[in-house]
Amino acid sequence: MEPTLQVESLRTYFYTEAGVVKAVDDVGFSVRPSTIHALVGESGSGKTVTAQSILRIVPKPGRIVGGRIVFEGRNLLDLSERQMRMVRGRRISLIQQDPTATLDPMFTIQDQLVEAIMVTTELDREQAKKKARKLLEDVKIPGPENVLKSYPHQLSGGMRQRVAIARALAGNPKVLIADEPTTALDVTIQAQILELMRSLRDEYGLSIILITHDLGIVAQVADEVTVMYAGKVCESGSVDDIFHSPLHPYTQALLLSVPRVDKRVRLRAIPGNIPDLVQPPQGCRFHPRCPYAVERCSQEEPGLEKVGSQADHTLPSRSVYCHRFREIKLEVV
Amino acid sequence: MPQDILELKDVKKYYPLTERYTFRSRVTAYVKAVDGVSLTLPEQSTVGLVGESGCGKTTTAKIAAGLIRPDSGSVKFMGADLSEILGDSGSAKQFRRSVQLVYQNPYSSLDPMMTVGDIVKEPLIIHGLARGRELEEAMYSLLRKVNLEDYHALRYPHELSGGQRQRVCIARALATQPKLVLLDEPVSSLDLSIRAQILNLLVELKERERLSYLYISHDLATVRQMCDYVAVMYLGRVVEYAPTDELFNNPMHPYTQALLSAIPIPDPRVKRKRMVLEGDVPNPVNPPEGCRFHTRCRYASQLCRERDQKLIEVGNQHWVACWVAPTGGIPSYSLEYTRE
Repeated sequence: MEPTLQVESLRTYFYTEAGVVKAVDDVGFSVRPSTIHALVGESGSGKTVTAQSILRIVPKPGRIVGGRIVFEGRNLLDLSERQMRMVRGRRISLIQQDPTATLDPMFTIQDQLVEAIMVTTELDREQAKKKARKLLEDVKIPGPENVLKSYPHQLSGGMRQRVAIARALAGNPKVLIADEPTTALDVTIQAQILELMRSLRDEYGLSIILITHDLGIVAQVADEVTVMYAGKVCESGSVDDIFHSPLHPYTQALLLSVPRVDKRVRLRAIPGNIPDLVQPPQGCRFHPRCPYAVERCSQEEPGLEKVGSQADHTLPSRSVYCHRFREIKLEVV
Repeated sequence: MPQDILELKDVKKYYPLTERYTFRSRVTAYVKAVDGVSLTLPEQSTVGLVGESGCGKTTTAKIAAGLIRPDSGSVKFMGADLSEILGDSGSAKQFRRSVQLVYQNPYSSLDPMMTVGDIVKEPLIIHGLARGRELEEAMYSLLRKVNLEDYHALRYPHELSGGQRQRVCIARALATQPKLVLLDEPVSSLDLSIRAQILNLLVELKERERLSYLYISHDLATVRQMCDYVAVMYLGRVVEYAPTDELFNNPMHPYTQALLSAIPIPDPRVKRKRMVLEGDVPNPVNPPEGCRFHTRCRYASQLCRERDQKLIEVGNQHWVACWVAPTGGIPSYSLEYTRE
């Protein structure tokens, strides 16, 4: 089975006065059909810029300077802006962290959905109204009639995020990019939205790129995971591989440092701070904080290593960027 | 038997909603932010106050800090009534020294125009605790306590990382040698890899400085790590209060159970019974009659819809505000799970 979307050695740099910020530097991963692929990382890891690069909406002074993004047989980076507009919202759509900021406060939910539907499909206004109602049902909003007539401020945060998801589905996309979709929501509401994401994957065969820093969410909904740190990929693999046999020391360190609700564990903090991306550390970007670092790690940048990969993509491939992953034995919780 | 450092009894705080006209305004309704909260904090322990946004946890903390006066109910600090303490300027100043706050966002709670050293020295100067060379030494020793280096004293907040800024806030809170520190979401704005550093530091300082903490958070996982007792709030009320392990092992209130089941556990092999709550938190302007949770509770009976239940003790220092739970009408919920 072909991957739905493939990102290959993507580089997106920001040309600031302070210098060139290599926000995304040689990032690659592939998203398979009907899976939830999590991009995990802390702030500055490059996960959001990666998403913006896929849709080619990187804000200035950022620029995509290299790589390929293969989707439906084409490299998105080769498309004209006009062709790209046929992709955004129709084939790949985006939902963001704060639904209040993405919905227009001056228009009713119906207006906003109808607009999105008419822009992304060939439907006329009457058909679009019907479709708007259907979309709200799809995202499991109770009493869609009332919600259609409401303005965003009349809805709760969870409802607004459902509306934002409904709007993202207006053009029947194949890929949904969800950038921290539940960070602004309470946990009980978060659980509802995560449930919805799972059902969208199963019922519509959507591929979802889920951007998050919450390892709990990843464990609960993701099928595959790419761990990022300081603009680089650390490793990719199935969710079970990442949590139960991590190959990269950063992944392991993260897992050991998160508090858990199901048991009291001694938290093992990761020493040091997240690096400055104008002058990232030489060699492996994690080496100053890595307990396994040797001299080589501070000089030579680790390359991609494929582990037990499947040529036909029936299984998620396992990849890791670490000089020492074969020698070190990582302990897990 | 340790003394209670803080005791809240039936505390209420309503905020008026007003309609403004040209020359007058009229109160149309009240937001019942805190509506009958009772809570005790034993000395040298950490009590967690958890709940979702709008449940009144921050208002409760502000009342405990004496920053806002409750409309009714009593607050006692070390056995003395808070309104009396604040009534006298001498004891009020003493109280301000004994109770300190650390906020969620360390950037907005630090003055960008002051150096770290000046920020940490300020409370010492205000309270007249040190001067001259002693002041400098006290400041450096505070920085060392939170694992900052001496050179950080000359830096400005914007030159520090989020974790370092939060360390500065903690150092400033410790300057007056407080007994009680109110921690309002102290790690929520920090990055994953930094959170554990700050949590570990807080635990270490609590032991060394003999502090008590009121730890406010929506994140039950950090609460489990940090707290000795946990109070769960819903719509301005405490619905369950118990020692931490008791609460997590044997949650009794249906809201606590739902809250616990909603928290994702960072292990994909964990399969749990999920109890997804329907609907949203009702508006605190117009909370439901009877038990406030009944609109979302699957076990609600006629009694729950009509009458309100107070916190009652069900053994093991475990208190719950529910009609059904003490009768055994709510199946127990366990975080124990099956692994594939």
